[in-house]
Amino acid sequence: MRDLLDEALAGVAARPTRLILTTLGTVLGVAALVGTVGLGQTAAGQITQRFDLAAATRVVVQPDDKGGQEGEAATQLPWDAPDRIKRLNGVEAVGTVSSLEIGDDLVENVTGLDGGEGKALQVMAGSSGLWDAVRAVLKTGRFFDDGHDQRADKVVVLGKHAAERLGINRVDSQPAVFIGDEAYTVIGILDSVTGRADLNDAVIMPNGTAKQAYKLESPDAVEIRTAVGAAQLIAEQAPIAIEPNNPSTLTVDAPPKQGAVRKGVESDLNALFLLLGAVALLVGGLGIANVTLLSVLERISEIGLRRALGAARRHIAVQFLVESVIVGFLGGLLGTAVGVILTVGVSWVRDWTPILDNRLAFGSPLLGAFIGLVAGTYPAWKASAIQPITALRGT
Amino acid sequence: MSTAVALPAPVVEMIGVRRFFPGPPEVQAINGIDLIIGQGEYLSIVGPSGSGKSTLLHLLGLLDNPTGGVYRLDGVDTMSLRERRRAVLRGERIGFVFQSFHLLDHRTVLENVALSMVYVGVPRRQRMARARVALDRVGLSHRMEFAPTTLSGGERQRVAIARALVAEPSLLLADEPTGNLDSANAEAILQVFDELHSEGMTLAVITHDDNVSRRAQRQVRIVDGTLKW
Ligand SMILES: Nc1ncnc2c1ncn2[C@@H]1O[C@H](COP(=O)(O)OP(=O)(O)OP(=O)(O)O)[C@@H](O)[C@H]1O
Ligand SMILES: [Mg+2]
Repeated sequence: MRDLLDEALAGVAARPTRLILTTLGTVLGVAALVGTVGLGQTAAGQITQRFDLAAATRVVVQPDDKGGQEGEAATQLPWDAPDRIKRLNGVEAVGTVSSLEIGDDLVENVTGLDGGEGKALQVMAGSSGLWDAVRAVLKTGRFFDDGHDQRADKVVVLGKHAAERLGINRVDSQPAVFIGDEAYTVIGILDSVTGRADLNDAVIMPNGTAKQAYKLESPDAVEIRTAVGAAQLIAEQAPIAIEPNNPSTLTVDAPPKQGAVRKGVESDLNALFLLLGAVALLVGGLGIANVTLLSVLERISEIGLRRALGAARRHIAVQFLVESVIVGFLGGLLGTAVGVILTVGVSWVRDWTPILDNRLAFGSPLLGAFIGLVAGTYPAWKASAIQPITALRGT
Repeated sequence: MSTAVALPAPVVEMIGVRRFFPGPPEVQAINGIDLIIGQGEYLSIVGPSGSGKSTLLHLLGLLDNPTGGVYRLDGVDTMSLRERRRAVLRGERIGFVFQSFHLLDHRTVLENVALSMVYVGVPRRQRMARARVALDRVGLSHRMEFAPTTLSGGERQRVAIARALVAEPSLLLADEPTGNLDSANAEAILQVFDELHSEGMTLAVITHDDNVSRRAQRQVRIVDGTLKW
């Protein structure tokens, strides 16, 4: 077997110029495939980086004229809005958020560790679903839940910056803050939220508590986190779900559709390039088949000699088959290199991070080899079928 | 009229061998040949062009199958063998020398000689060493790494002889080995044959040149596919 490989290698190496020309089609085909897939993967990576995922899945519903004075707004969001939204397909999490009118009330650390002065902090209220909807991450402690909400417990969660200003960084000692004259237990401190930066500077209490303490009548906004790609649909359905009779009185903030459009264009382009690559591969395969057939005819006397030296039909067949596999493999290798360089080059120019699947890089030379195998089958069979006396004729 | 010398185990034993080419045109190239070649014999086969010399050599060398008759090589009935087995037998028992040398131009002289051991299962390590010995034998030790294309015709034919010998065949078959050579180079080749004969090699040389034929121990004539004694 090793010998056959050696013989095949020697056969391939004997005609270097032809080798290069033969591999050309395969090189182009594999390069096109690797380049297309590589750039596709790279571009996909950039898309998710640029349109950050959080923004692409965020939908916010608010009453139309939120600007109205003292709750004279024509529309109020119902308290059960989250429940109505939750039923929609593609909603991953939903919660309400409201800013509270606390008048002149200041917020102060009960222990006075913050310097003993009241701070003019934003006080907000939310439903238990809010946290998941804004992808809130805790630094410490816990979120309030439906229980706190229903019991109107005097608990709050602090936004990151609010906690800093109040000098509170842990909750295991059950710290408390005064809002006005009322004490609230701090049960959690936020580390980060997405899309609602105002929560970072706020002290947030459950809706139930806010209703009692500050007569909160209705939520300011409904925050919805959707599944990837579902944002547009939810944006259409949400107002109807909340206000079936008057959906137009609600405003919806949803991510632009551009992302989807661009992706569509890109996949069309990809398909085109992949098709081109496939055609180039087909041509490459035919090229290999053609040249191998030519080389069989050219080397008839070599075939005759080998048969005279004891080679069986299969030895001849395997040799030519291995030769064309080597040619295909080299083409695949070269094509992969070109494709990778293309991907890296374009990424470099566009200032992207090149992303290339390992399987693609290692698989593509094998694809070339496979094409060589298929292309070489007929010529190899042809070569092995040549009678020794025909091959040696003219001696 | 002479009869074949009856040696204990003949290398070649042909009885009533025929080779018919269906054509068109139909040709009865070999028409009932009885031939025995004993071990160590040096035989020449002469005949006019188209008489069937090459066809006979192909049959002797298992490159072609008779359409009828019996052919035993080293006592093995070759008629019943399958192609694979015939290839093995051919590689192990027959050494060929062709008029046009049939060397691979892209390989060195040494590699060309070593090639004849590839298909008969000689271990790789031994091949180069044995090829060197064979080349030394035909006086070409100084040309081992050369490309065949840089050699003279006589040298090329000596490479071909080294290649035919290196696998230690039972029978050396040569088809017009001096056909492409001038008389000096032809003489050198014939001397190698003489030496091989004196060392006990069995040789069958096809030629239409009487000077070549005369060197053999025994001559047979072939006319229209039959042997004339
Ligand atoms: N493959 C073949 N198909 C048909 N006819 C063939 C074939 N090979 C040989 N012949 C015919 O058989 C006859 C003998 O041919 P062969 O080659 O054995 O002659 P030869 O004695 O070697 O001649 P030369 O001295 O010219 O080489 C010729 O008539 C030739 O045309
Ligand atoms: Mg002839």
